[in-house]
Amino acid sequence: MMIVIDTLIQGILLGGLYALFATGLSLIFGITRLVNLAHGDFMILGAFAVLIGVDAIGLPILLSAVLAAIFMFIVGYVLQSVLLNRTLGKDILPPLLVTFGLSIILQNGMLEAFSADTQRLNFGGLSEASLPLGGGLAVGVVPLMTFGSAILVILFLNWLFYRTETGRAFRATSDNPEIAQLMGIDNNRIFSLAMALALVVVAIAGLYLGARATFDPLIGPSRLIFAFEAVIIGGLGSFWGTLSGGSVLGLAQTVGAQISPEWQTLSGHIVFLIVLVLRPRGLFPRHVD
Amino acid sequence: MSLLTTHALTAYYGDFQALYGIDAHIDEGETIAIVGANGAGKSTLMAAITGRRRTPSEMIVFDGRAIGGMRPADIMGRGIALVPEGRQLFPSLTVEENLMVGNYGRKVRGPWSLERVYALFPILKERREQASTSLSGGQQQMVALGRALMSNPKLLLCDEISLGLAPAVIKDIYRAIEDIRREGASVVIVEQNINQALTVSDRIYCLLEGRVTLTGRPNDLSADQISRAYFGG
Repeated sequence: MMIVIDTLIQGILLGGLYALFATGLSLIFGITRLVNLAHGDFMILGAFAVLIGVDAIGLPILLSAVLAAIFMFIVGYVLQSVLLNRTLGKDILPPLLVTFGLSIILQNGMLEAFSADTQRLNFGGLSEASLPLGGGLAVGVVPLMTFGSAILVILFLNWLFYRTETGRAFRATSDNPEIAQLMGIDNNRIFSLAMALALVVVAIAGLYLGARATFDPLIGPSRLIFAFEAVIIGGLGSFWGTLSGGSVLGLAQTVGAQISPEWQTLSGHIVFLIVLVLRPRGLFPRHVD
Repeated sequence: MSLLTTHALTAYYGDFQALYGIDAHIDEGETIAIVGANGAGKSTLMAAITGRRRTPSEMIVFDGRAIGGMRPADIMGRGIALVPEGRQLFPSLTVEENLMVGNYGRKVRGPWSLERVYALFPILKERREQASTSLSGGQQQMVALGRALMSNPKLLLCDEISLGLAPAVIKDIYRAIEDIRREGASVVIVEQNINQALTVSDRIYCLLEGRVTLTGRPNDLSADQISRAYFGG
């Protein structure tokens, strides 16, 4: 019985990590219709950015993460302004090709800069710390922080999208960019801001990705798949849907791992395929489309 | 004094020429109507004025400045608001959010505010929290009009605002246009319905195949003249 509860808790907490992976992807797709194939590599870049702050400069990890988030915000804004906005249009192929190219450039650039060594982000004493839940159960502090961060990110994004003027501009542009311009909304600026925000979430995802397991410059694409699966399981258009999608994926993987370690990733993919067959629009699709 | 003037305005869709040298103007406080059959170039003219179709800058002069080829957001910021054909509300925004997004790029003091728009269309206040897509066609048209008014435009462009609406609703909408005129904005009404256009406007322009075929005050024009200008021949 305890092992069942433990598995469920671990699965849901892992889902927080996948929700962080997925939220940036979902955010940028929702506003610009851009499928960012370099999303996984940006998460790795975010993890390395945190690592530089910790290892090379000697900052505490959370301060380093804040600086990494600012760095990624700027990278996102500039990247969208000078490159990706030019690829957007009726045809969805150019942004796919360009972000695929970016993915290769990022992987090789990071390989050049950081070598192929595996790295890990260390939360100091917190890395091994856990909270006892009674009955022999315990949850790790870092997984809890991961899940809490995912909820905070989603609360913030919901506030931004539904309570602020900038959020209205995001949603109006997502609905109809041509008419949004007639409201005085500069689409390119909105897209750049969206990518900047998406990469801030990516930096947070990178922080916890690096804390949970080792990473190296080439593992971005395998993490991108989890992000895609979480987005599609949850249904496009809702951040809470993305969190639930991440949790379903996390649960599936954790349960699979209990059956046999080699079933971990596979059972995630199987659940993803089942959802795709039964509910092609995901579990919580946005009603208006 | 002239608020907006077009000088030999031309527009193309690839090899197809949609406008052949349009010369038109509208004075401050004036209401003009642009009539013409489907494909006469009315919507292309609106697209050029609002910047969605690029033109050489000197072809369109607004408030003493050449605005042709400016970006749509910048033109809107100078005080031109469009009620687009087919209303084009933002489906994921509520009624009130649709109105509030209307002054995103231009926040100036003027006669129009959220309260004034609700006073003009009280039904919208009742429906403020609803999705804009849940409203009737006439109510959606009110939202589209209100959204354009929120920026207190100097020039309000209304593209086919009676299309697809019941006669009683059209009357309501045009009564609102009267209120809007009284607040001082210049208004351009684009209409297929000639009688409607003649009733509300100080002057009309008739377009046919991308050219102005007739212009004048409604009282000075005969039905026969208009019919020939509208249908050709």
